[in-house]
Amino acid sequence: MGTSMRSTFEERRSVGDLLTMFLSFFKIGAFTIGGGYAMLPLMEQEFVQNRKWVDPVEIVDVFAVAQSLPGVIAINASIYIGYKVDRIRGALVAALGVILPSFLVILCIAAVLLRFQENLWVQKAFAGVRAGVTALILLAGIKLGKAILKNYLAWGIGIGAFFLLVIVRIQAVVVILASALVGLGTYIWQQRRKQLREKDNP
Amino acid sequence: MIYLELFGVFLKIGLFGFGGGYAMVPLLEGEIASHGWLPVREFADIVAISQMTPGPIMVNAATYIGYRVAGVLGSAVATFGVSLPSFILVVLVAHSIRMFKESLAVQGTLSGIRPGTIGLIAGAVVFFARMSMLHQPELPIFRGSIGLDWVGLPGITVVLPAVGIFLAILIGSRTFGLKPIPAVILSAVLGIVFL
Repeated sequence: MGTSMRSTFEERRSVGDLLTMFLSFFKIGAFTIGGGYAMLPLMEQEFVQNRKWVDPVEIVDVFAVAQSLPGVIAINASIYIGYKVDRIRGALVAALGVILPSFLVILCIAAVLLRFQENLWVQKAFAGVRAGVTALILLAGIKLGKAILKNYLAWGIGIGAFFLLVIVRIQAVVVILASALVGLGTYIWQQRRKQLREKDNP
Repeated sequence: MIYLELFGVFLKIGLFGFGGGYAMVPLLEGEIASHGWLPVREFADIVAISQMTPGPIMVNAATYIGYRVAGVLGSAVATFGVSLPSFILVVLVAHSIRMFKESLAVQGTLSGIRPGTIGLIAGAVVFFARMSMLHQPELPIFRGSIGLDWVGLPGITVVLPAVGIFLAILIGSRTFGLKPIPAVILSAVLGIVFL
């Protein structure tokens, strides 16, 4: 078990390799605009195709896990890739590299924004942008909804979550836990029914 | 202590935020409102700015809110908090990837969480619609604002030009393939001209 597990990981990397990895993640963090999803194809290109540090089969797992776990998807993927490359050290370097650019950019923007917040033209521009972004989020939601809401149960959970959140005003964390429980419950029930059916008609 | 408070809240976001930046908006909206850190409208602004700046939306939000509440150290603490659960969970899963993939409990849980996040994104749409198309008390009254007391909704004021901008961007993106960055720039210009 111990050896088979170790064999899927590379040996310890040199400091030069770690620096290269840091710069790669920094570059990806600095040049993908508009959210974390856009980073995943760039990570694939850099670490699978260019550097060959992660193999093409593994990267599928990386992205699946990144999207299944809670947290920021791009950070999840970076930590996973970094961990594959050089365990905890690699994971730390990767996370730092991918986070740092947006961290620095937002610090600069925050300093400027706070100074101009009272300006009427800035307020008008932002009011316009909030309205436009409402449309962008709606479109992103519709696209994702088409991919995920494929049966009555999924529709029920989606509408139920919306109802609890917006109408009943229940905390988002509780809504997530409730969706998880409903999903788990029905999944177990379906599996049990399938097993019984197989037992009845072998 | 403010740093601990920031850390705790963002740790919670990192631990329960499934399904990407938009689905995380309702989580953070509730926390900001209950802690009274800043007007929630300002949080909407930073998510909007994130459409044009590099990086994940929630890192941008953590950095901005941390900075706004407790300076540069606050922003570092918030960003650390939102990333820490990822760190622990990803490393644990990387070690037991086969178990994770084949686990019925994981599959079942995710089969509920995935459609649940669509409900959360719909919640984010409602939040943004409220922040843009309804008058916000801390802002000046924009042109084209109409009170709704005559239809039995006292205290609610609709900003009609904002509704127009929403529709323009919706149709522009849907029908004419307008990309997000030009869409954000166009909405800012329309806001300056019509509001």
